[in-house]
Parts: sequence; C-alpha cells; structure tokens
Amino acid sequence: MTALATKQLTKTYAGGKVALHGIDLTVDAGAFFGLLGPNGAGKSTLIGIVSTLVTKTAGKVRVFGHDLDLDPWAAKSQIGLVPQEFNFNTFETVAQIVLNQAGYYGIPRRVARQRAERYLKNLGLWERRDSVSRTLSGGMKRRLMIARALIHEPRLLILDEPTAGVDIELRRSMWDFLRHINDQGTTIILTTHYLEEAESLCRDIAIIDDGRIIENTDIKTLLRRLSTHAFLLDVTDIPKELPELPAFSLHQVDETTLEVEVPRERALTEVFAALAEHGITVSSMRNKSNRLEELFVRLLKWHGEHKETAE
Amino acid sequence: MITPSERLRTAAVSLATLVRKETHRYLRIWMQTLLPPAITMTLYFVIFGGLIGPRIGPMEGYSYMEFIAPGIIMLAVITNSYGNVVSSFFGAKFQRHIEELLVSPTPNIVILLGYVAGGVGRGLLTGAIVTGVALFFTRLPVEHPVITISVVVLTATLFSIGGFINAIYAKKFDDIAIIPTFILTPLTYLGGVFYSLSLLPEFWQTVSLANPILYMVNAFRYGVLGTADIHIAVAYAMMLGFIVLFGMFALYLLNRGTGLRA
Ligand SMILES: Nc1ncnc2c1ncn2[C@@H]1O[C@H](COP(=O)(O)OP(=O)(O)O)[C@@H](O)[C@H]1O
Ligand SMILES: [Mg+2]
Repeated sequence: MTALATKQLTKTYAGGKVALHGIDLTVDAGAFFGLLGPNGAGKSTLIGIVSTLVTKTAGKVRVFGHDLDLDPWAAKSQIGLVPQEFNFNTFETVAQIVLNQAGYYGIPRRVARQRAERYLKNLGLWERRDSVSRTLSGGMKRRLMIARALIHEPRLLILDEPTAGVDIELRRSMWDFLRHINDQGTTIILTTHYLEEAESLCRDIAIIDDGRIIENTDIKTLLRRLSTHAFLLDVTDIPKELPELPAFSLHQVDETTLEVEVPRERALTEVFAALAEHGITVSSMRNKSNRLEELFVRLLKWHGEHKETAE
Repeated sequence: MITPSERLRTAAVSLATLVRKETHRYLRIWMQTLLPPAITMTLYFVIFGGLIGPRIGPMEGYSYMEFIAPGIIMLAVITNSYGNVVSSFFGAKFQRHIEELLVSPTPNIVILLGYVAGGVGRGLLTGAIVTGVALFFTRLPVEHPVITISVVVLTATLFSIGGFINAIYAKKFDDIAIIPTFILTPLTYLGGVFYSLSLLPEFWQTVSLANPILYMVNAFRYGVLGTADIHIAVAYAMMLGFIVLFGMFALYLLNRGTGLRA
C-alpha cells in the first residue's frame, strides 16, 4: 500500500521562481520517511502542495490511492499536518484549537473531547488546556500543533521541520513520541535539514535540492554512500566474474568501465593493488560526479554555521 | 467507500464548528463588536431624533424619530455584518489559522456559509440591540413582520458575503477599511436613512435609485412602518440577485484559492 505518491509535481511561484522540477516520490504505508534538504530546497513547497496550501503548477498527488484533485475529501481526511510555522489562533485556548480542528474533519464534539484529552495528556498539554495559546512556551506550541494534527487520527502524519528551534531535550522526547506513533501504524513524513535527525528517526529518505530529488533510498544505503567516494575506472581485461574485493564495492558499468566505491579512510592505491592482483589494469580514472556528496558537504557546512542557534 | 450521507454529516459537523467558533468570537470581544454600535446608535437617536427631529417635523406622516429608527437599525446591521466577516476572515488569513480549515476536508461552500452565518448572527444581534435602544425613544409598529425579518436577514447575508470577498482580496489591515469607508458608509447615508427620497430634487432622486442600499433601507422601513419610496418587489429581487451573484463569486474565488493558497 502506498501512503503518498506524487508524479511529476511542478511548482512555479507567482514571481516566476521554480520551486519544484517534476518531483516523483513514493512513500509506503507504515514508513517513517525523511525528506532531507537545505533551506530553500522546496521541502515546504512539496508539503504545501500535498496538504493543498500551495497550488501546484503541474503533476499528480495521490494519498492512500485517492487523487487529491478528483477526491480531495477522501485524500485530505487521511492527512495530518504539522506546518513549519505556528499557525493557530493566538486568541483561542489549547482545547478550543484542538476541538475546532476535530470539527473541521467532521468529528462530533463528544468524540473529539475524549480524543483531545488523550492527545493533550500524551503531549503534556492537558494542564494547559484552558490557557490561551499565545501564552504557551515555544515547545508547547510545537506540541499543540502535533496534537491538533493527530486529533482526526490521520493515517499519514506530515511534519515540516518539527524540531527547528526546539531545545535538545524536547527534541528527544518528540522523537520518542513520533517513533511510538509510527510503531502504532501511522505513516510519517518529516522534513528536516538535520542529517542527524533523519538518521535517528527515518528508515527511508529522499534528498531534495533545488527542487529536485537527488537521492531516494533507505538510510543505511545513504549513510554508506556518504562514507565512500565513487570512481569510474577505465580498465582492460575485465574477467567474466568480477572479483570480490572485501573492502570495496565494485560493479561493471560497460565493457571497459568499472565503478568502485572506496571508503573515505582507505587509500586509492589499495584499489589498484587489489585489481592488479586479479589481472585488471587501470588505464585511467575519474571522479564520479556526485551531487549527493556536494550537497552533504553543504549541509554540514550550513550546520557548522548554525550550530548555536539550532541547539 | 465513504457514502454521500457520511460526507453530508461531516460537512454538517464542520459547519456547526465554524458557526460556533465565529459566534464565540464576536461574543468574546463584545466590547469591540456589540457595544460600539449600541453607543453610536443611541447618539443618533438622541441627537437626530430627540434634539433636531422635533424641529424638522413629521416625515411621510411619521415623527422624525420614528422615520429614522428603521434606517438606523439597518445601518447597524449593514456595518456589523460586513465588519464581522471582513475582520474575522482577514484575521484568520493574517494569523494563518485559516490553514486549519484549508487543510481539512471542509468544502468551500461550508467555509463561506460558516463565516456568513457569523456575520448574519452579529448583524441580527446588533440590530436587536439597536431596536431595543430605539424602543426607549419611539414606538416601532412592525406593520409587516415577515417582510421586516426577511429583509434584515437578506441584508445581513448580502453584506456578510461582501465582507468575505473583501477579506479574500485584502493583503493588509488597511485593505479592510477601504470599502466600508469609501463605499458602504456613503451609500448607506445616502440610502435614505435620514430622509425621504421625496425631499430630493428630481435629478438626485433618479441618481439615488441606482443605490442598492436605498432599496434595502426602504424595504425594511416598509416592514416596520408600512411606508416606502420604492417597490418592495424590486428590493427583494435586488437583494436576492446580489446574494446569488456575490455568493457565486465568493465560491469561485475560494475554489481558485485566490488570496489563500500560494
Ligand atoms: N510564496 C512564495 N512565493 C515565491 N517564492 C517562494 C514562496 N515560498 C517559497 N518560495 C521559494 O521557493 C523555494 C523553495 O522554498 P521552500 O519550499 O520553502 O523550501 P524549504 O522548505 O526546503 O526551505 C525557495 O527559493 C523559496 O524562496
Ligand atoms: Mg521549509
């Protein structure tokens, strides 16, 4: 079962800025999916289109099989959204905000009250239920948005940078809470620009940069790829059976080209030596262009610069 | 599969929620919503009706106070229904909690109905308050109760929709004051609230007939006093026509996401 599928999603904003260039993305039901990318990559735009807050220029969105254009009622009922910025009524109380949201999803008041109690208790907001929302602390406001997004018990919970600007302790407890929700069967999509967050929470990950998905894989493969360099080797005499090299992963691109992934801590000469042992001579080599790697460096750099404000 | 009746039930819960929220809003801030019209309209009665009125003498066979009371009630209904929706809906856009509704499966027609219901509610409540005040100064016979009530409900509906459209286009707080200041207030004051059309030179009488608010004020006055400068049927046709026209336009804007979705 597919929780979310987008096909060739494109967005050009009114000013002419192309924020998404044909995004194809599939998120399986039950997944804990990370959408990782630097600021301005298009994460919020993508989330905005899926939650209908942003109109798309072209493409298709399906939520649990329901086309967002053809059956918005069914598609929207499945989604709970925690947006990047606070967007509740600052004059209403915590309870009013959550109960009204339930009402907009057609949940009768009586049922909504029971659920509100459960979610507000789970998120540590029950004592503050009658407080006007503007009096809450930043962390409480974040949690209020999560409670509000869960009140109609969506099958797909989408969080747009939920831990940005949240202190480390609260971030951990939010992570635990999200893991718990995911274990109970809710599909989660989370955007973040913290690799660490994606690593800790997400099993599957897509990396978005400049409106394009540049990687879509599971987190283990991603981390392995980030810890290796990839090279293309022009070689002679490739044997029928490629040799197994314990430290490197090797595969054939065409008749005279091999691709090799070399862990960052290993020397290239080791690769040449190992290949020579199997009678393979390298005549020339080049770096495999690697956008992921470039992006990763940028993400790390960005992090380095924003360390204090982020923590 | 979700049945149509289930969708209908969901939409009904959604509408009830929105109406409750909107009602709660104007009641919570009654100092800004209900008190000011009560004070302003009392001043109108005291000054125009009580002090100046006796010098003007009877108009259309009624005391001046009696004549202006229906107009002043309508003035309150028009400004308050419009003002309620324009500020509530623009506020929701400005604070972005309109997104709570936009992400939900609530149909656009329910969003429109919910906000309009809030405006009509406040319009009628203010109308009732002003009527209460008026009764201290004059008698209001209410010759045709059905016409009185239906005209006031239709007027409140029409101006609530107007406020909604204004809020959709508004980008900053200034934008919600422009229409009330430059269009609604002049049209209302020139709409025969304080005088009978027959007092005007012929040319200005003709010009006045292009003012839709004149028809509403007169229809209401007809309901209360039994006298009007215009044909009641024209007033009804005009109100219903504008409600349908503006309502469709508001829905069209909602469906397009104008001013709401990036
Ligand atoms: N409402 C808007 N109008 C015009 N450009 C926008 C708007 N929202 C976002 N953008 C632009 O689109 C790009 C993607 O933005 P966004 O989706 O917010 O990225 P992210 O969430 O990954 O930081 C950025 O260049 C941003 O400036
Ligand atoms: Mg963003």
